[in-house]
Amino acid sequence: MMNLSILILVPLITAIIVMFCRNASQVRWISLAGSLVQLVLCFTLLYFYLHERSAGNTAQMLFESRYSWYSALNIELYTGVDGISVAMILLTATVVFTGVLISWKIEKLTKEYFLLLLLLGMGAYGFFISLDLFTMFFFLEIAVIPKFLLIGIWGSGRKEYSALKLALMLMTGSALVLIGILSLYFHTDIGNGQHTFDLVKISQLHIPIETQRFIFPLLFTGFGIFTAMFPFHTWAPDGHSSAPTAASMFLAGISMKLGGYGCLRVATYLMPEAAKEYAWIIILVATIAIIYGAFATMMQKDLKYINAYSSVSHCGFVLLGIGMLTKTAIIGAVMQMVAHGLMTALFFGAIGMIYDRTHTRQVDELGGLLKAMPFIGTIYVVAGLCSLGLPGFSGFVAEMTIFMGSWQRPDAYYRIATVLSCASIVVTAVYILRAAGKVIMGPLKAPHMHDLKDATWNEKLAAATLVLGIVAIGIVPFYLVNLVSPDTQHIMDNITRSIAVK
Amino acid sequence: MGIEFFTLMKSELLLTLIIFILLFLKVWDGIKDNTTLLHITNTLLFINLLSGFFFNTSGELFSGMYHTNEVLSLEKNILNLGTFIISLQAYDWLKTHKHLLEFYILLLCTLLGMFFMISSGNFLMFYLGLELSTIPLAALVNFELGKLKSSEAAMKMIFSSAFASGITLFGISMLYGTTGTLNFTEMALHITGSKLQLYAFILIFTGFAFKLSAVPFHLWTADVYEGAPVSVTSYLSVISKASIVFIFITVLYTLFRSYEVMWYNMLFLTIVLTVTIGNLFAIRQNNIKRFLAFSSISQVGYILLGLTAGTGMGASSAIYFLVIYTFSNLGAFGVIALISAKTGKENISDYKGLYATNPALTWVLTISLFSLAGIPPTAGFFGKMFLVTSGASKGNYTLIIIAVLNMVISLFYYLRIVKAMFMETNDNPIEKLTSSRSLKFALVLCMIGVIATGFTSGLFDNINTLIGK
Repeated sequence: MMNLSILILVPLITAIIVMFCRNASQVRWISLAGSLVQLVLCFTLLYFYLHERSAGNTAQMLFESRYSWYSALNIELYTGVDGISVAMILLTATVVFTGVLISWKIEKLTKEYFLLLLLLGMGAYGFFISLDLFTMFFFLEIAVIPKFLLIGIWGSGRKEYSALKLALMLMTGSALVLIGILSLYFHTDIGNGQHTFDLVKISQLHIPIETQRFIFPLLFTGFGIFTAMFPFHTWAPDGHSSAPTAASMFLAGISMKLGGYGCLRVATYLMPEAAKEYAWIIILVATIAIIYGAFATMMQKDLKYINAYSSVSHCGFVLLGIGMLTKTAIIGAVMQMVAHGLMTALFFGAIGMIYDRTHTRQVDELGGLLKAMPFIGTIYVVAGLCSLGLPGFSGFVAEMTIFMGSWQRPDAYYRIATVLSCASIVVTAVYILRAAGKVIMGPLKAPHMHDLKDATWNEKLAAATLVLGIVAIGIVPFYLVNLVSPDTQHIMDNITRSIAVK
Repeated sequence: MGIEFFTLMKSELLLTLIIFILLFLKVWDGIKDNTTLLHITNTLLFINLLSGFFFNTSGELFSGMYHTNEVLSLEKNILNLGTFIISLQAYDWLKTHKHLLEFYILLLCTLLGMFFMISSGNFLMFYLGLELSTIPLAALVNFELGKLKSSEAAMKMIFSSAFASGITLFGISMLYGTTGTLNFTEMALHITGSKLQLYAFILIFTGFAFKLSAVPFHLWTADVYEGAPVSVTSYLSVISKASIVFIFITVLYTLFRSYEVMWYNMLFLTIVLTVTIGNLFAIRQNNIKRFLAFSSISQVGYILLGLTAGTGMGASSAIYFLVIYTFSNLGAFGVIALISAKTGKENISDYKGLYATNPALTWVLTISLFSLAGIPPTAGFFGKMFLVTSGASKGNYTLIIIAVLNMVISLFYYLRIVKAMFMETNDNPIEKLTSSRSLKFALVLCMIGVIATGFTSGLFDNINTLIGK
């Protein structure tokens, strides 16, 4: 057994130690050690989790622990995990670890930089392990402001504008979530006029459909903003492109997943009937995001913008999977979150490495990098191929699962949405291959580019970790499916049960 | 009378004693050194703060004119704490001021007035306390003796305060006329909802809104805050406001309980106006003191939001928020006071690039602003959350949506300052400042408060139990 609070404590303690470090090198090593410990802990968690499950423990949440926090409002520090959260925690640990490695060369305000990275990571861990809506919201908000500072201080381009835009849009998202959570809270009656924020308890209550109709859009849109749902995606391209490399990785790899997880775990799970009613809107918005994102990507000339817009498109798949409300599609959505998290972290990592050396991100000004920097060139291609969904990489299995799940919905509307989303993959192929081709093939554009140094040890280690993850999911996807599947069944059961009651 | 008199009124008596000691020091004129005097006063204030935590009993005196209980003692402790921090922060400013003792005597007189006001069980006592807490304040606002703006601010303050007091008094007189008593508990029994009483209630409500600087009665705030010395501004925005909120809770929750629907709607309107207009004006400010004035207007809106609940939860969330607000606002004011005292710079654009020269001060200001904006893990997050939660308990989501979206707007202007300090560069930055030990101590105290009162739930639970009693 394992107490999950340790997942919050390790980053916190690391951050406190970092605060008292005297030089940049200490800061780096302590952060790396902290994130490595965290990574090891997360895999230990996975081991224990699988061990418990194979021993026949079918409880919905494992490793539960409760501490009363604000007893007057029944707020608890209630933590527990199921397969979906374990998958997300593993993703977070991997991205944090590689993010710290990628940031090795940060010279400006090193201590503050790593402090904020660790704090951001802590917010994400807390969010994924919380089963109390208030605590969840607390961690969700913790993860916002570090992004503002990371982008604003260490970013490039129109960093201040992007940072402010991102912070305000995400805070609007969390404001909607807050209203949703509060109204949900006051509609849970657990006797004696008491209310509860307990996620598991709320899922067993029957919330009247009229209430759900009001709350569901608030929660789904709120979390949707975090996951760059169309038409609230505009923070994503600006934010990603201005952010320093590791912040981009965190933003796309972790932060957008907070939203997806929230849409699934809070909005859909707690209010399945409303989800069913509003499914057509979710599908519509998701399909628009997928197609719009793909076409918008084609127009971009900046490597980071390419990846940022393609993230909008890829996160659209997550929402599509959730909106389809079939078990396979939801499994696909979770897999897509993990797959996209790893892929996009690798992608941004590669772009960061290229930018650090060439000082440009414009596709037109780059070329032939495979000759100058074979390692970086290769991982850029790997990330690109994963993004376009090449079999053998994680993107393929995730998107495939979503399409399989979507196709199970027989009505024409869903079929059209599925077909259109499928078609977007062709567009993806166009922009990825075009960008990759221009950047790594052909002649080198400038003479000084012949002397570019290839990846250093830290970059190699980070890239290798991410590639390992991507390939592992691509080749043996059933491990991830098996991890996620039983808990998706819980969500499905809740959906069917509520609809049957009605 | 007897021993009970001394135990029940111990906070007021101790404060009076301190005022007398200071008066004696002034008349004696034996200590010429300002630093020594400051140390003496700060020690006295510290003793005053500590004593508030012991021997708190409940009871009433003068046939119900004065009453006290553990909640009221707690409220007085909050005011004491705030005053102590402000006194520490004023160190640099007062070190060279020639009217140091007068400053403290006036300041403590207003505090005494607030104590009486909070503890009042009778409108006579209430009005006495209110006036005692207002009139010396106007003199304090004028304490930047060489500055014309300071005198102007004092005039504005005294006029608007007198006007507000007049309105309140008019309302009180009508209530007295219809009920025949000035005692809160007796009066509550006689409030029948007649038109005259309703009218009286509206007048009293308006008087409070004036003192709280809730929109549309906020116009005096910005000018007064800007003109007054920073320490007085912080006193006005924290201590004075908190004391009014405390008595407002009593007035709404016990005296006018039968008008709950009525005051709910009035509060609704006031809150919407206060948070929105406070925010919109705060966005446009360039002077950091004016900026904090408007941001504190919008903060009042959130406090009122908590009060709309009409339950013990509403009261405890408001009191809890005021503790946090004391810490966070004083944290911000402390930094601003130092910068203003040392460099005379008060514009937001002067704060550009502050992080490069004064990292520690920047962090203090940033964390305080985050707390005011309600960003976790600072305590401000919890304070705002509980206010909003209390406000939501009546199920009026229009109000909650407006309030919560305004939190996002407020975030914009708080982040604007953070952005200026961290991200922008300045050709003429504020040089590296050294702060006195007493200011450092005050700021550390604020930071501990801002961080520790949040995720440790002890304080809130404590307040909640006291209210529940």
